[in-house]
Amino acid sequence: MQLFNFVKNIFLKSFFFSLFAIISLNSYAEINNKICLILDKGGKDDKSFNQSAYEGFLKAQSDFKITKDSKYVTVKEDSQSPHFIRTLSNGDCGLIIAVGFNNADIVGKMAQKFPKQRYVLVDSSIKETNIRSLSFQEHEGSFLIGAIAAIKSKTAKIGFIGGMEIPLIKRFALGFESGAKYINPKIKITETYVGVSPAAWNNPTKAKELALSMYNQESDIIFVAAGASSQGVFDAVSDMNKKNNKAETKKFVIGVDSNQNYLIPGTVLTSMEKKVNSKIYSAVKDFIENKFTTGVITCGFADDGVDWAYDTYNKQLFSNEDIKKINKIKQDIISKKINVPDYYKVGK
Amino acid sequence: MDWINLAFSIGGATIRMSAPLIFAALGGLFSERSGIINIALEGKMLAGAFAAAAVTTLTQNPILGLIAGGFAGMLMAIVYGIFVINFKANQIVVGTAITILASGTVPFVSQILFQNTGSTPEIPIGNRFIYTPIIIAWLLVISIWCLFKFSPYGMWHKFAGEHPDALQTSGIDVIRTRWSGVLVSGFLAGLGGATLSICLSSSYTRNMTAGRGYMALAALIVGGWKPITAALACLAFGFFDALGITLQGIQIPKPEFSIQFLNQIWSFFVSAQFIQIIPYILTITIVAGFVGKSRPPKALGQPYLRNR
Repeated sequence: MQLFNFVKNIFLKSFFFSLFAIISLNSYAEINNKICLILDKGGKDDKSFNQSAYEGFLKAQSDFKITKDSKYVTVKEDSQSPHFIRTLSNGDCGLIIAVGFNNADIVGKMAQKFPKQRYVLVDSSIKETNIRSLSFQEHEGSFLIGAIAAIKSKTAKIGFIGGMEIPLIKRFALGFESGAKYINPKIKITETYVGVSPAAWNNPTKAKELALSMYNQESDIIFVAAGASSQGVFDAVSDMNKKNNKAETKKFVIGVDSNQNYLIPGTVLTSMEKKVNSKIYSAVKDFIENKFTTGVITCGFADDGVDWAYDTYNKQLFSNEDIKKINKIKQDIISKKINVPDYYKVGK
Repeated sequence: MDWINLAFSIGGATIRMSAPLIFAALGGLFSERSGIINIALEGKMLAGAFAAAAVTTLTQNPILGLIAGGFAGMLMAIVYGIFVINFKANQIVVGTAITILASGTVPFVSQILFQNTGSTPEIPIGNRFIYTPIIIAWLLVISIWCLFKFSPYGMWHKFAGEHPDALQTSGIDVIRTRWSGVLVSGFLAGLGGATLSICLSSSYTRNMTAGRGYMALAALIVGGWKPITAALACLAFGFFDALGITLQGIQIPKPEFSIQFLNQIWSFFVSAQFIQIIPYILTITIVAGFVGKSRPPKALGQPYLRNR
């Protein structure tokens, strides 16, 4: 009899406990403000868009009352990506932010399976009822950068160094090329890539050799979009400028993704900023304030998604006339007076 | 015409690109001649690259950095040696594990030291080597050739790889010889990594070796496990790399053939992508035995049991 009482006691206790647990779980689900960030292979310190995304995430985390459980994961190999996304989509995270076109594609396929889960995708134009896609207009920014390079080039030879040869980087290249040709139809543009495998993002030594070879063939401005390999191009430009101090043969480099003007003041001509951080910040803000909208959001010049960096570090490189020209082109792109070719649409 | 300029640019790039490969290939030579397969070169280079960049940043002295790079490679070699020599584990498996271990440990240490998993701070141009490691590499090639040719120490290494029992009977400890081979190999591979991070670029970045450890191993095989031919193979790899780099950037003169098909063939063979795969085609061809037989040391990969 005593044993029976004991079992009954345990049973009742556990019943009430589980009931309590269910209630508390439900109330927790209503205010779930856990944000999960999935980074692409570059990782949080790639000095590029992953880092930018991570910074936006950190800033949002400290500004809004987001639970400390919020976390980020880094995809090391493409095969890990579906696993991460499926695990995080089980309702634990309020909002999932996926960076990089590869992650974005997998989220696009997975989103129908988890209709209640909300996602933000960086570098994607996927339409789903529960996805906000941030589609950055890299070709617009690159067009302007190409135009600036053509304005400032003294040798009428400029170069482009991409990381891995993928459509996203080709989009940069095409925009850059058509921008330069818009200013000077006869300009010579050399287009090179570090490699065709993901190792190309982490090979600064080879990027440096590519840059040295270009500078030796009289290109004086190089636009680099090569992730961590970009460091090699920055090394190459300081090596070249160390050898000759003449102002008319000075070599320049143009950075990408985040503002890299500060790296070598006066030598980094400008940077094409892709404002992933502010767009992620505002997505989190909308989510916390319950104003989250879905759909494809284009982030071009008009919506302050891309821009050229002009600050104290490169101010002395541009005359008022240059600035006027550049702003004119920018306005023309916004008002669609200039038709910028998009590799995603014209390419292949 | 700027053909001379072009030749200089390719030549310079060849010598620079091949230097880390030469270090790593010489490292591989030491351990493979003494009978230990060294597939862990990649991991040792990575450790060396990081340690060199970190020490140079902290002490502002590239010579200390270079030495630290060597010792970091040696540290990885100690772990490797304990498993493959003393515990007689499978050398391929442990070698692969060491490479993965390095690619995981290095970002971890980097996070502790610099709060950044991706790269170390940039080293100013005055604290970098311009060409010193490249000269060291070629001096090492000659001295290691002499070592293997003339000194008993080199002979012991050869026998540890070819016929360890004979070495043991003549009174030289095989285990000890193999240990020294593995340690020197780690040090040299570490120097190769250091060349990458403090001479050819200005900081350590994640996985910056980008497969050079395996390329060095391939050069070693192409060179038939001999120092001078292995170094020449590295130089050839560097040359094709440099050629690929330069060809991407210039307009190649295109002869007009009357037959359309020949035009296509021409543009295929001078494309940068094709030039870049030449080293690998070369390796496969040579290793497959079409060009010349490349014979590995006889006892390569076999753990030595003293009381057989």
